[in-house]
Amino acid sequence: MTTPSQTVGPFFSHALPYERDWELVPEGHPGAITLTGRVLDGAGEPVPDALLELWLGFTGDRGALSREGGQVSGYGRCATAPDGTYRFRTARPPGPYLSLQIFARGLLRSLLTRVYLEDVPDPLLDGLEPERRATLVAAGSGDSYCFDVRLQGAEETVFIEF
Amino acid sequence: MTLTQHDIDQEIAARHAAYEQRLADGGPVEHQPRRDYAPYRSSMLRHPQQPPVTIDVGKDPELVELSSPAFGERDITEIDNDLTRQHDGEPIGERITVSGRLLDRDGRPVRGQLVEIWQANSAGRYAHQREQHDAPLDPNFTGVGRTLTDDDGHYRFTTVQPGPYPWRQHVNAWRPAHIHFSLFGTAFTQRLVTQMYFPSDPLFPYDPIIQSVTDDAARQRLVATYDHSLSVPEFSMGYHWDIVLDGPHATWIEEGR
Repeated sequence: MTTPSQTVGPFFSHALPYERDWELVPEGHPGAITLTGRVLDGAGEPVPDALLELWLGFTGDRGALSREGGQVSGYGRCATAPDGTYRFRTARPPGPYLSLQIFARGLLRSLLTRVYLEDVPDPLLDGLEPERRATLVAAGSGDSYCFDVRLQGAEETVFIEF
Repeated sequence: MTLTQHDIDQEIAARHAAYEQRLADGGPVEHQPRRDYAPYRSSMLRHPQQPPVTIDVGKDPELVELSSPAFGERDITEIDNDLTRQHDGEPIGERITVSGRLLDRDGRPVRGQLVEIWQANSAGRYAHQREQHDAPLDPNFTGVGRTLTDDDGHYRFTTVQPGPYPWRQHVNAWRPAHIHFSLFGTAFTQRLVTQMYFPSDPLFPYDPIIQSVTDDAARQRLVATYDHSLSVPEFSMGYHWDIVLDGPHATWIEEGR
């Protein structure tokens, strides 16, 4: 019998964030990309107390928390700023997307979504209406991408379950 | 209009009755809270209105979400799991030992995975900048811990009993004492953040956050048990709490082995 989820609450920012948590790769790493965006609520207001986690699908050689050792970690974390923004510096994922998990005060269970760097043929994307599909594709190209997370409303981000 | 505890109590009761009716109509047991739970007001603008899209793992066994970050000894220090030893002096409060196992849905231990906790101090105050409660801070208590599970999935923390605290959602709103837990499984889909509560807390009926788990048995799984064998003589009171991670509903790992 599984343990129920509870909200991360408002008081995680002295506990879960850690130094260089948003840097999956060090500055200047060849091929690094930055992923930035905002988390918005159903009224379009920024969510200043969300925590985002990025997962590339491999652990890598760089400490996930310590950031010691090698060059690439597959895991990162970023708490949103007062204006709802977040940022990651990461390697490109092996496949078309990065996995993104969202926690926030007010969210009783975390949300899982995908950040596609390009709009490509894909089992998930191909099953979505165009407007919904667009919520999963990051804007930008080259080494800089932007992906907003809309928790609710007209342009609500597609969230997934397994 | 001022929102009172009575208002919230009525909403909680209505949600509970609605769940009981769904069960009576043949609906499934709901082990998880619904993200849309209005008695917890912060959920109202922060829950998706569209249902999540279900991913068919059978189509692609190597999905990113079916693996999970691994953590190692270099990621933590030896005293990270002892919240009473992180400062020069001892924190005020009743020392407690909290221990249990991290398991998957089939009862298998989740080994070597990261467990993070955070909590209020014994006066019910978080060492957090945005905390508004005027209970005293404790210079010897940050209230943050980490550990890795052992080969049997065991974790163990030494800390102090957190206090309950007011949180202003409605008049006289109080959170039952709790410890926040953050957990990783073997798949990113198993990621869990939750809260552990203490036995027989009189605040349970009034708290919309624990009551968001409308299934009585599921809600009880958020409550630790007092375990005398975990109490350390002349030192701490022992609490036992096992955590079971949900998983993909049909994982290729189970099918393939």
